Order: sequence, then C-alpha cells, then structure tokens
Amino acid sequence: MASVLPLLYTVPVKIRVIPRLDIKGPNIVKGVRMEGLRVVGSPAMLARTYYEQGADELLALDIVASLYGRSLDLDIIRSIAQEVFIPLTVGGGIQSLHDISHVLRAGADKVALNTFALRNPAFLQEAVREFGSQCIVLSVEAKRRGEGWEAYTEGGREHSGRDVVEWVKEALGLGVGEILLTSVDRDGTKTGYDVDLLRTIASFATVPVIAHGGARDAASLADAVVAGADAVSLSWILHFKECTIPQLKEGLAERSLSVRRSSP
Amino acid sequence: MKIRIVDFGVGNLHSALKALRLFCDDASTSEDPAELRSADALVLPGVGSFRAGMHGLQVRGLGDVVREAAEAGKPILGICLGAQLLLSEGQEFGRCEGLGIIPGEVVPFPPLADGCKVPHMGWSPVDVPDAVSREGTILEATPPGADMYFVHSFLLRPQDHVHTLAVTSYGGHTFASVIRKGNVYGCQFHPEKSGAEGLRLLERFASICAEAVLR
Repeated sequence: MASVLPLLYTVPVKIRVIPRLDIKGPNIVKGVRMEGLRVVGSPAMLARTYYEQGADELLALDIVASLYGRSLDLDIIRSIAQEVFIPLTVGGGIQSLHDISHVLRAGADKVALNTFALRNPAFLQEAVREFGSQCIVLSVEAKRRGEGWEAYTEGGREHSGRDVVEWVKEALGLGVGEILLTSVDRDGTKTGYDVDLLRTIASFATVPVIAHGGARDAASLADAVVAGADAVSLSWILHFKECTIPQLKEGLAERSLSVRRSSP
Repeated sequence: MKIRIVDFGVGNLHSALKALRLFCDDASTSEDPAELRSADALVLPGVGSFRAGMHGLQVRGLGDVVREAAEAGKPILGICLGAQLLLSEGQEFGRCEGLGIIPGEVVPFPPLADGCKVPHMGWSPVDVPDAVSREGTILEATPPGADMYFVHSFLLRPQDHVHTLAVTSYGGHTFASVIRKGNVYGCQFHPEKSGAEGLRLLERFASICAEAVLR
C-alpha cells in the first residue's frame, strides 16, 4: 500500500529514525503488544549496530523497572552511551529528580517519563524546571478504548483511567519537550502505526511527537509522518533484520521526505 | 596536548568528554582556574539559559580564564550555550552580558514558518557561505550541507559577518551555526551528538589544538 503524500509536503527538520531498545535484565527484548518477550541481543552491541547504520537518536527503555519497582540499571545505560555519538533518551522506573540526574550522568541526554508522572503530574513540572523542557520526554502508552485512547503504565500492563488526549494536553501545559506516543495495540504487530492516534495528538501538540508501535516498512513510516509524527521509532523490523536503517531512509526519501544521510 | 572542558555547573559534560577522548589522550573536565589556565585548549559546553551559564562561569572565576585563553590565541570551542556565551550579550530572561570574545548578541528566533516549532530540535544542514573559506578551520573536513544535531531556542548573531563561518536555515530563517574569530570557535549544534560528521569536526579541532601547541 503506497502512501499518498500531499503536493509540496515539507517538514521543517529531517525526519528522525529512532531505534527503540526495550531493556529487561541484561538483555534487549521484544514482544507483541509488550507481551511474550523474546531476547534480541546485548544492549551495547545493538546500540553500536544501529549507530553505525545511521540512527538519528536512540531510545532505551527498561520495560519492567516500574512493574517490579526497581530502578534502572545504570551500568547498562553507560554501556549503551559508550557506543554512540547521537542523542540518547532513557526511561523506565524514574521516580525522582535524583533518578534523572543519575541517568543523565550515565550518558543520557533526555529522560522518558510515564508511570510515575501519571501518578504525580506535578513531577513533570519539577523535572522541567530542574533540567529544561528539552530534557523531558512524556512517554504515553495508548490503548484504544471506544472512540478514544486510554493511557497505560508499566509497559502496557496497568490502566490509569486517564484519557490520552487529556493527559497529553495536561503534560504539555506542564512543559514537557517531546512526546513519545506508543500504540500498545500496534506494538510488535507490524500492522502500521496508529495514524488516527497520531493525527489526533499532532493536531494540538506544540512539541515534537515520536511515533512508536506498528512499524512495518518505509511506507508505514511515511504514513506516520504524514499523520503528523516528527520522528518515527521502531524496533521489531530492525531487531529481526527485516530491514536496515539505510533502506528505511531510502524509502522515506523516495517519498519526498527529508532524512539525514550519514556518511561513512 | 592538554584539552580541558570547562565545568561551570550546567549541562552534560560527559558526552563532550567521551567524544574528545577519541582524539586527545589528555582530555578531562575541570572547574579549577589554575588547571584550566594550564590547558593548551578549552571546550566550553553547556545546556541551559544564558544567564545561568554566565553566573556559573563568574562564581567560579572562570570568565577571565576563558578570555585570557582567547587573548593568548589558544584554541577554544564553544558548544551550544557555550558558543552563545562567547558573544557580548544575551537576551534570554532579560539582557545579560556575555564573555564578549566575539562581538555580537544572542537573540530569540523570529516568527517561523508554519509547522516549525521552537526549540529547533533535530538534524539540519550546516553550510559554509561561498565567500568564506573552510580551509584551516574546524569545518575543513566537513562536506557541504552536512547534517548536525541542534537543540536551541536562541540564535548566535555576530555583529560582523566575518565572524560567521557557517549558516543553517530553519523555519524560513537563516542564522549563524558556526562562529569563528581566529582560534575561537562556537557551534550552535552539538558535534558530540552529531554522529560521524560531528566527530570529524572534533577531530579537526583536536588537530588545530595540536598545531597551536607546536607553534
């Protein structure tokens, strides 16, 4: 299915292609709708591979930290940061300004907040005041509920009862600098991004939106961009070597979308 | 050759240090004026507001250290906020005096084309204007239009165009993305976060530092 792009469709900055590493214990894992996790490989090795392929940023999320009430394994974050010279966003189990400091000192440039922020929205504002908007990414795990979407926590396991649109609006008011918008329904399914969700959030978002969940091929990435995503995040098709970052960027460029071409 | 990253209490020094260590055996961070005076070259990093940055330098007595290094012809590389601080004045949260090493000011983005958000965040091309030579500069090995990673809400505006080494366009507006006066350079983007092209630039800076030591 080819994407239909409006004429003269332009984007202000290059579309960022962002591999996402889901951390569990010492491994990077991947599942379907965040369940049935399979081990993919070592964090440092995958980070290096995607950096060398031309990833524009990396996302590294400990997907069980909040669930088990653990804090992030900073050694793993350090091992990832050591390999890459592109921006790194880290999330999972962050519950204090101290936690953020530790993660930044371990080599992250930005932090992604979900579970703790949903329970304590004021924490987003504190974090923004301390570290600046550019450092604070709101991570939203959205599941379809009737006409809208509900925000989930703990890696798509627990529901919060919060409507995604209202929650994102509140978080924007508290100063978050970016939104990582995950469709739990699409995650790991390779059925394309949830473009309705993206269009809905992008229609009012004043900060960049990173789409995640459902990436299938370059056409699906382009669909997410046309729906309003500023960046596309993906894992399955890269982890299981169904395509490479240069192939995806080539596909985006063929659809007249501007991407960064990295030189050797 | 000894390169020191000036630690003035703002932002993330570690990524700049990690990248510089690829090209310099003696690179570390310091907030000690004596240690910084003994360095062959300085890197001024920083994330945050202009005022907080100047305050961080002043309380540690580091403003004069950086100015003296510039006067002595030592190579200096300012990154993002560090580049902005090289200019004479900032306008973030009211007027604030800068280091004044390169004449000019730091101004907010003017109104931008539709769909362009501030901060300008992401990858944008860096171009050296036709009338400017990249030879012998930190951009010598950088191909035309190389993409670099930006995160900023304010712009470098050098008073004299001879101090603009490279420009970048965003939202219909073109601004100085690399400023230069002699051996003093400022990059609005983050070379330490700009992949292979960013590393190429830092490698060139390290070579310039090595050449300066030999002279």
